[in-house]
Amino acid sequence: MTTTQAISNLHEKFLKGEFAVTGECGPPRGADLSVMKTKGDMLRGWVDAVNVTDNQTAIVRMSSIAASKHLLDMGLEPVMQMVCRDRNRIAIQSDILGAYSMGIRNILCLSGDHQSFGSQPDALNVFDIDSMNLIRTVRDMRDSGKDMSGFDLKESPKMFIGAAANPFADPFEYRVLRLGKKIDAGVDFIQTQCIYNMPRFKEWMRLAGEEGLTEKVYIMGGVTPIKTVGMAKYMKNKVAGMDVPDEIINRVAGVAKEKQADEGMKICLETIEELKTIKGVSGVHIMAIEWEEKVKDIVQGAGLRK
Amino acid sequence: MIVGHQKPIEEIKKMVKPYNKLLILGCGTCVKTCFAGGEDETAALASALRMAFKMDGVAMEINEQTVERQCENEFIQEAAKKIGENDAVLSLACGAGVQAMAKRFPKAPIYPGLNTTFMGIQESHGVFTEECLGCGNCGLGIFGAICPITRCSKKLLNGPCGGSQNGICEVDPSIECGWQQIIDRLKALGQLDNLRTYIPPKNWKTSHSGGPRKLVREDHII
Repeated sequence: MTTTQAISNLHEKFLKGEFAVTGECGPPRGADLSVMKTKGDMLRGWVDAVNVTDNQTAIVRMSSIAASKHLLDMGLEPVMQMVCRDRNRIAIQSDILGAYSMGIRNILCLSGDHQSFGSQPDALNVFDIDSMNLIRTVRDMRDSGKDMSGFDLKESPKMFIGAAANPFADPFEYRVLRLGKKIDAGVDFIQTQCIYNMPRFKEWMRLAGEEGLTEKVYIMGGVTPIKTVGMAKYMKNKVAGMDVPDEIINRVAGVAKEKQADEGMKICLETIEELKTIKGVSGVHIMAIEWEEKVKDIVQGAGLRK
Repeated sequence: MIVGHQKPIEEIKKMVKPYNKLLILGCGTCVKTCFAGGEDETAALASALRMAFKMDGVAMEINEQTVERQCENEFIQEAAKKIGENDAVLSLACGAGVQAMAKRFPKAPIYPGLNTTFMGIQESHGVFTEECLGCGNCGLGIFGAICPITRCSKKLLNGPCGGSQNGICEVDPSIECGWQQIIDRLKALGQLDNLRTYIPPKNWKTSHSGGPRKLVREDHII
């Protein structure tokens, strides 16, 4: 990880050794800015940076670059997500230059949801490079000032580089190795898939620690507050790579319907409490999807901000 | 082999309807093996078309022939006589075969009777799987002879992604995760260390991305 001067506010937070908080903001399915403003207002002051998704679940939305710039103008720091599904290496590098020129300093490098999940499954995917290649590309642009062709860039983009990790996907034993590969490629921080199976997350952290990986990267544990038992079941059964143990489902199902959201919040806060005690966890990534108003409650409830 | 499957009969009817004499030309190699365009399928399609046109009250003479391979000149020539006797050809070869016919018989209208699906194998009887994208730069050596570009839905070279669960790809329950297979096989071969190797961005120049490809073997040019 880069240890020099802080590249972004998020980076600075890590350098200071403070427990960082990131949120998430899905850009609108349209060019209307008011949605961004509403979400931005809900998040401002409660998180250190906001992930801006890049056509998540392969549904056309305002571009992550433009939406990131809008957040920046609203006084929030964006983490621009970038997927390899829709752009070849030429477009990716060009977009990174453009994003940097507009003041975007954090990037999250992802493979991207397959287009078959989205509203336009007939689309051709790109996947010219994968997320590992993308991480290395951004790192090389920053550290050696060259693009992928080896061309010396005039003013190279200096991005704080993030990536995702899913401790709950298979094969489990490979997940730590993959984290190591991402670190070698140049990743500075990691945001994990939503944690509901805490024992498995801890085991992943333990194995990563044994390999010395937790010293080399800032790891942010991912959380998503459960709204209803239906949502919990959906995530368990329908969302690939999600691990929602039965005990979590039973806990939410065990309370009256109007109390389920409260129970979900409780679980979320307990998870954050536990994350704070795990060695090597440097922050929390709160994915309150279309429930951004809850971020403030979570951050306050977890004692991360007053 | 090249795997294909027959187009819906309605689509075929629409293409060949303007003609009075149609030759259905089978191909006796790849598409025969995948039960799509060999002698048997040619006969079955000819009967089905005759019946369909008869029911529509359309008079059409339908003839049949199957050659060994429509992608090789010496076999294609065997069909020359019948092609000359018919108004059009419905080729049951793969896309390469159909185009080879079109190149050799510039005046004959040639129509595809199959959809060419992929380069693959017969996994079990009647089940065919895609195994090769023909990228022109084979990297199977490092992946335990399982191709991530073909077998991973996202063509990941440094996979698997976070959507691999119980050996299944997130895209569809019927798709096995190619990366799980790579890892299982490398484990069995004692080559798991291969996974630590960073695979750089692929050079796609040798693939179709570099334009239609041509291979010239000087040593075989007469």
